[in-house]
Amino acid sequence: MYDIEKYYNAKTVSEAVTLLKEHPDARIISGGSDVLIKIREGRMAGTSLVAIRDIPEIKGIEKKENGDIYIGAGTVFSHITADPVIQKYIPVLGEAVDQVGGPQIRNIGTIGGNICNGAVSADSVPTVFSYNSLLHIANEEGGRIVPVREFYLGPGRVDLHPGEVLTHVVIPHAEYEGYHGHYIKYSMRNAMDIATLSCSVVSKVNIGEQVLEDVRITFGVAAPVPYRCTETEELLKGQKLGEELYRKLENSIRSEIHPRDSWRASKAFRLQIGGEIARRALIRTVELAEEEQGGEHA
Amino acid sequence: MIGKSVPRVDAYEKVTGRAKFTDDLMPPRCLVAKVLHATIGNGIVTSIDTSEAEKMEGVVKVVTFHDVPDHCYPTPGHPWSVEPAHQDVADRNLLTGRVRYYGDDIAAVIAEDEIIASRALKKIKVEYEEYPVEIHPRKSMYGSRPPIHFDKKDNVLARSNYFIGDVDKGMEEAETVVKGTYKTPIVQHCHIEAPISYAYMEKGRIVVVTSTQIPHIVRRVIGQALGIPWGRVRVIKPYIGGGFGNKQDVLYEPLNAFLTTQVGGRPVKMDISREETFCNTRTRHSIEFDLAAGVDKEGRLLAKDMHSYSNQGAYASHGHAIAANGLTSWRLQYACPNIRGEAYTIYTNTPVGGAMRGYGIPQVCFAIESFMDDVAHAIHMDPLEFRRKNLIQGYYADAYLKPIAANTNGIFECLKKGADYIHWDEKRKEYAQQTGDVRRGVGMALFSYKTGVWPISLEIAGARLSLNQDGSVQLTLGATEIGQGADTVFSQMVAETLQTDMEHVHIQTVQDTDVAPFDTGAYASRQSFVTGTAVRHCAEILRDKILAYAKTLLPEIDTTELELRDNWIWAGGEQAISLAALAEESYYSLTNSSVLTAEVSEQVKKNTIATGCCFAEVEVDIKLGKIKILHIINVHDSGKLLNPQLAEMQVHGGMSMGMGYGISEQLILDEKTGRPLNGNLLDYKLMTMLDTPDIKADFVEMEDPMGPYGNKALGEPPAIPCAPAIRNAVLHATGISFHEIPLTPQRLIDEFQKEGLL
Amino acid sequence: MKKEKVLVQCIVNGEEVAEYVDPRESLLDMLRNHLGLTSVKKGCEVGECGACTVIVNGETIDSCIYLAVWAEGKHIRTLEGLEKNGELTRIQEAFIEEGAIQCGFCTPGFVMSATVLLEQGKELTREEIKKKMSGNLCRCTGYQNIVNAVEKVMHENAGKAEEK
Repeated sequence: MYDIEKYYNAKTVSEAVTLLKEHPDARIISGGSDVLIKIREGRMAGTSLVAIRDIPEIKGIEKKENGDIYIGAGTVFSHITADPVIQKYIPVLGEAVDQVGGPQIRNIGTIGGNICNGAVSADSVPTVFSYNSLLHIANEEGGRIVPVREFYLGPGRVDLHPGEVLTHVVIPHAEYEGYHGHYIKYSMRNAMDIATLSCSVVSKVNIGEQVLEDVRITFGVAAPVPYRCTETEELLKGQKLGEELYRKLENSIRSEIHPRDSWRASKAFRLQIGGEIARRALIRTVELAEEEQGGEHA
Repeated sequence: MIGKSVPRVDAYEKVTGRAKFTDDLMPPRCLVAKVLHATIGNGIVTSIDTSEAEKMEGVVKVVTFHDVPDHCYPTPGHPWSVEPAHQDVADRNLLTGRVRYYGDDIAAVIAEDEIIASRALKKIKVEYEEYPVEIHPRKSMYGSRPPIHFDKKDNVLARSNYFIGDVDKGMEEAETVVKGTYKTPIVQHCHIEAPISYAYMEKGRIVVVTSTQIPHIVRRVIGQALGIPWGRVRVIKPYIGGGFGNKQDVLYEPLNAFLTTQVGGRPVKMDISREETFCNTRTRHSIEFDLAAGVDKEGRLLAKDMHSYSNQGAYASHGHAIAANGLTSWRLQYACPNIRGEAYTIYTNTPVGGAMRGYGIPQVCFAIESFMDDVAHAIHMDPLEFRRKNLIQGYYADAYLKPIAANTNGIFECLKKGADYIHWDEKRKEYAQQTGDVRRGVGMALFSYKTGVWPISLEIAGARLSLNQDGSVQLTLGATEIGQGADTVFSQMVAETLQTDMEHVHIQTVQDTDVAPFDTGAYASRQSFVTGTAVRHCAEILRDKILAYAKTLLPEIDTTELELRDNWIWAGGEQAISLAALAEESYYSLTNSSVLTAEVSEQVKKNTIATGCCFAEVEVDIKLGKIKILHIINVHDSGKLLNPQLAEMQVHGGMSMGMGYGISEQLILDEKTGRPLNGNLLDYKLMTMLDTPDIKADFVEMEDPMGPYGNKALGEPPAIPCAPAIRNAVLHATGISFHEIPLTPQRLIDEFQKEGLL
Repeated sequence: MKKEKVLVQCIVNGEEVAEYVDPRESLLDMLRNHLGLTSVKKGCEVGECGACTVIVNGETIDSCIYLAVWAEGKHIRTLEGLEKNGELTRIQEAFIEEGAIQCGFCTPGFVMSATVLLEQGKELTREEIKKKMSGNLCRCTGYQNIVNAVEKVMHENAGKAEEK
């Protein structure tokens, strides 16, 4: 049994917004895999809840006519992985959320919850960052759109005000067309674990010219909030592919990220791993581009 | 029936979910008790105010350390000793105002439901006076003010030592002397069913239903803890969801028994959370070993020296028995004329060390077998060759503890099988000179393990058999099925001795101390050996009674010819009377009815040494600090296998535990408070299915003359040798000697950076 | 919260169920305490062990971190629903044959995870099976024989599919 004060179930987004306005102390519950655990731990014991899990309009994935991909915030991880749109256009996101916890958790955990709980270890978030995604938020004033890069305010804090609900994660067409991504979750176990460090690299490669045209690198657990390595990105853009590039990447990452010492892992450890997984992830995106462009040439 | 892979007798109940575990039997409207745990690591409670909690609706009772009996009691699952000098250390109270570790039990709330109980705990106001916290045994052993327990001024719970030959002289004569320090982590059993019990009163007695390996011991300890006659306590053990030694200790059952007495005997449950299981039940002791050895020019051991320091935590529990077991192991198996050993067990402000699968031997085996590889490395000898040169072939006996001996010794055959499987010779060469970022290696380790606890402690077992009306038999034991398959092999033993089939043997799986014959329970890999001896004896008595009764039914037949087989009495090779017909007569004959039963309570003064080894092949990703186990095999000499499939299953599970011990599991404590930082199944890295490589188990079968059916210890040994085998494989792959497990990525990266591999 | 009750109507093991539950209760609480379906085990209460795995609308979930009220309108399956009149499903038999059961506490959760996996009808590699079953922890078996049991039935099913 959970120490819950009051439980409200919203059937529509506007009902959720109203309920949240009426009960400012209530928290949003979506999949529950995070909120219920915090209630049991005592951190949220006695809270009231507004459930948004029965709202059809925030579930599922859709590619709009303009090519933008809309991911409902209430879509569970396993459905994202299995979705044909994701598999075709942003397979890295499906692969990333397939590394959350275990199968049972992936059947209840939602991408909206993953983003809004503010945890830096969230497996979907580095990739959502690397695609410059936009967050669509509903509120009484007709809603707003926030780039995910501006959403994280500090450790565990996000830009979601009382009475607001995240409805969609939108990946604009221009941000994924021609790009390949790879996510590496570094954790102590191969399942049922949270990331010690994670990195999502999305790149646009000209195989013919052997040039890295564009690259976006985002780390989880390397700073108080998910961290885009813009300095490294600038350093690498337009460079020739090859060992020199990868060495530059490794070194630059190690000076750019700011992981901390904790009982889970030391800073020195995370710096070593950070350089290495960024390198391996970038190399993998180049391979993916080669596979695709090589296929086109053939 | 012995030696056959018959299916588990409880498989159907378990695969359909019908098997009833403690929580499945909970009476309706059972009250819920929750414990208030201290939030300091060392000190005293200066005041406790429960008035707000008591006022809450739904709170039935609040008890604090002021309300419980003053006297202390022991908790370990050892047989009691009638000799005061050998009795377990009694250093516990049901609740305490003297906080000795973070999370110590101060008070308890009994409420109508768990939420009310949890809310009430938060309303209890506690003030403390804090003392400095010490979590390291090698610091704690110099004493603290005040000491953790007033009667142990230097915090040393116990010390023991021995000398064989002259170690100093042996070291002087040695060509090479090698030294090393090795350390093992605190780990936890992680049975998937956390400890749980409920207690109520019936006819003035206390009944406790609990998930335990040792119901008869729990009964005695509840009696001791509450200061009541032991006969006033009844303990019932249903199916249990794993124990691995944690439930070979008396955990919250005495408090649970006390709490029901505080609410007029109403049922009260104590459902221990996973976090409490890590912090407040028991753990495997962390032990640090200083080792030295001298070898001659040929690589023969001339002298060995061990000094070990075991972190007991805040209460004695199984105490020095664990470190002492490791100390004994140091003088077994390897031939060496000069041996010295010394062990300390030291109180610290940390969670309590207790029994865990292998009972001190996984710790000492990690130290010894890592050290043996380091010695071999130092003298440039193949580690397997080094061991073959120094191991004792055939029979050997312990120098001090009679009659502990390797009555059969299959270690050389085990080593051969393991080496063949892993392709030892080829791969030692192939992986000798690697330079890349991903390197491979092979390593091995071996062990010896006693069977049961005699003569260190009492071995006694009871068995009862009765012949049912239909010719089947009913087997009742005090020994416990805890997942290892005991009920199945006991049934096989009866079937074997009565020459019948499994369908004719019915075993009672629930132990109820009101009914079950006295047996100390599941631990020390003892049951198939000790209880098995009682079962065999009991079955022989019943067989003789059946034949004697047959004689009365068949006066015309020459009695020397009678034989029991296939549910018939045979005379001169002919079927004379069916067992079913005989049984019916025994119940209902108007002239000669007497139900045929047999019961034994038997002390067993035997012990025999089992052995085995592990071979592992690993791949080390140096830049990511990750170890991948490519192949791993355990080969065991556990005597004759009673049920090969069950034996293999035991080995699989033990190896999984051993691999976790080697590479991922450790309970990490906060330096300042001793609080566990990762006491949950997310942060404590128990291996998942996806982390576990395919596991190979193999055996060398030799009939051991001591075992009732040629068998010897198997339950615990599989958990012992994997960690050092993996560690030695990493040494082979990277050239780096690790001295502490688990070999976590953090530990690997630190060492690789230090050694210039990164 | 006062003891208010909410009606939950759902289908459990093929039967319609209508229960008044406390909205604070988990599905685990409801299945065990209201419906007596005690195969659903509590191991950690936070979704880390999988002992409480049940199938909701064809997908496995940890019933400990799933509120009972969320069961409204759902199809729920527990281990009790597999066996029919004493006849086991093939995966249950395979667990026995392969020696995949020891203490038996994690067994119900594993069987439910395996059931969904096998019903998907795909033939997976051992590594894929391990990934799909990795939400259930076991301390007794080292997982070896559990993987073997799943693999065995998967191969049998594939064989049957080919025959057709």
